[in-house]
Amino acid sequence: MSALLEVSGVTVSFDGFRAINNLTFAIGAAELRAIIGPNGAGKSTFMDIVTGKTRPDSGSVTFGEKSVSLLKLSEAQIARAGIGRKFQRPTVFEDQTVRENLTLALKAARSPWAVLVWRKSAADEARIVTLAEQVGLGDRLEQKAGILSHGQKQWLEIAMLLAQEPKLLLVDEPAAGMTLAEREKTTELLVDIAKTRAVVVVEHDMDFVRRLNCKVTVLHEGAVLAEGSLDHVTKNQTVIDVYLGRG
Amino acid sequence: MTLLHPRHRSALVFIACLALFTIGVTLAAQFGLVSTSFVKTLGKTLCLCLAALAMDLLWGYAGILSLGHMAFFALGGYMIGMWLMYARTEEIVVAALANGGLPATPEEVLQGIATQIFGVVGASDLPAIWSFAHSLPLQLALVVAVPGVLALVFGWLAFRSRVTGVYLSILTQAMTLALALYLFQNDSGLRGNNGLSGLQNLPGVTAGQDAVSLWFFWASAAALVVAYLGLHAIVSGKFGSVIRAIRDDEARVRFLGYSVEGYKLFVFTLTAVICALAGALYYPQAGIINPAELAPIASIYLAVWVAIGGRGRLYGAVIGAALVSLLSSWFTGGRVPSIPLGFGTLHWVDWWLVLLGLTFVCVTLFAPKGIGGLFDRFAGVHSPDRKGAALGPDQGALMEQEAKQ
Repeated sequence: MSALLEVSGVTVSFDGFRAINNLTFAIGAAELRAIIGPNGAGKSTFMDIVTGKTRPDSGSVTFGEKSVSLLKLSEAQIARAGIGRKFQRPTVFEDQTVRENLTLALKAARSPWAVLVWRKSAADEARIVTLAEQVGLGDRLEQKAGILSHGQKQWLEIAMLLAQEPKLLLVDEPAAGMTLAEREKTTELLVDIAKTRAVVVVEHDMDFVRRLNCKVTVLHEGAVLAEGSLDHVTKNQTVIDVYLGRG
Repeated sequence: MTLLHPRHRSALVFIACLALFTIGVTLAAQFGLVSTSFVKTLGKTLCLCLAALAMDLLWGYAGILSLGHMAFFALGGYMIGMWLMYARTEEIVVAALANGGLPATPEEVLQGIATQIFGVVGASDLPAIWSFAHSLPLQLALVVAVPGVLALVFGWLAFRSRVTGVYLSILTQAMTLALALYLFQNDSGLRGNNGLSGLQNLPGVTAGQDAVSLWFFWASAAALVVAYLGLHAIVSGKFGSVIRAIRDDEARVRFLGYSVEGYKLFVFTLTAVICALAGALYYPQAGIINPAELAPIASIYLAVWVAIGGRGRLYGAVIGAALVSLLSSWFTGGRVPSIPLGFGTLHWVDWWLVLLGLTFVCVTLFAPKGIGGLFDRFAGVHSPDRKGAALGPDQGALMEQEAKQ
């Protein structure tokens, strides 16, 4: 199986501090992966590199069937290539309605001229309604996103990511601030999404990771410390020392 | 999508009001109730409203606080002014030379025009930038092209370096100041501080100023309607949604795959062209243009009008520009009675700017929605209660009080 995303030998330093140290990581086209690690392990920096926000000092990042290097692309180009990102805090456009938020995210040409002449088709409208219903916002399409609850904003953002139809989804702490019921729903949804595309979940909450029931990568000091099933990595003595042992 | 959709109601009301206003002024002018100069003032005000409309798209919707857009307005005026001055001077020169008995050669005419126009700055040759001034279509193309290209180049350099917020505002101030200083020089080819004058005289037109002033008034009103409808269509569609998203959280827009820089450049250039067209309609009514029109303060006024009218709503920009500029010409026209205060006299000519400044501060502090917010109050629309949080992380993001629930 060839990998969808391949990160190899990537190093990033900020003022001499090595946030990412010779990191190598790969994920397949339809795979769910959890990344865990203590604070400062480089989880967010890893996402920043893949999405083009941070440029690595060395190493390579390739994506897709044709193994396109992402290092020369802008954030917007990387997003158009098929990488979606969900931030830790819910970032939806608060002054716009749920429908407008979803319309913005809907897969379509992104250039100013194309957007200027874009008209919503019946299929687009159906897709928006389906997505909203999928995340339980079917009756809130005309409401401003700003008045949604924290959990609902997280849902809306997930729906927006789905509307983008990415090949790879990077999800930063999706369960943060969610109730138990919402977490279960999120788990189901992520597992379901990962059947058709690659999903990388960065998470602190071990219970949540356990529910995802997928391969886990443990980061520490900017490098991969261990990789395998959750049970496998939690038995690893180094992992216990640097991460789990801290309680 | 029907025209009666609530989303389009404001545009319909606006156009109805403007149509009534235009008809009213026309009738009043026909019956001699208003002076020609007042018709010109109203026509000029409509042009300023057009510029404010552009500013609102740029600042109110896309969150880019440009403090240099009056430079494009003035450049548009200069471009049309070159043709007006050239063609008018040509008529005079041809007439004068015809008195000599022999028909004048083209060289003599050209020399005559150059001496007439540039004698005042001690030159007698037409600079190269006047090469197209003989042709109305070419000079009209330059009205769009010169400010458009300047905005494109300036915007490209600024946006690709991701200059935002107050730094961009300062850069645009520097741009308009630099242009003004350049044009003040006699050898810039646009008559230095004399500027271009006599622009109210249309070449080949024998009608009096009372008729011409009405033509320009109508043209300004028509331009305002067309621009309003066009911008309304833009902001109520997906494009408007994208630029409002850029205003509130541009990083997020990038991760959706939109090229934020491309959109900013598009809006910056489009609004520059609208300002240029407004300027091309304004200066024939004003009759004169000089580099002082590009002073940084002019562009700041533009932002003040939009702020007082209420940014992020098109009619707000028009109301703000009309009200403040009309009040300004009333107060500074010396027709407002001074107020004796015992220890001194309050002359409005001197104190108007203080009053405007205070109004601006008060609007910013107490009524961020501006005058446009009054319509929300009548319509029963409230701001969301977000305990002071803005609607996005960016500097230009909509404030809590500006938003609608």
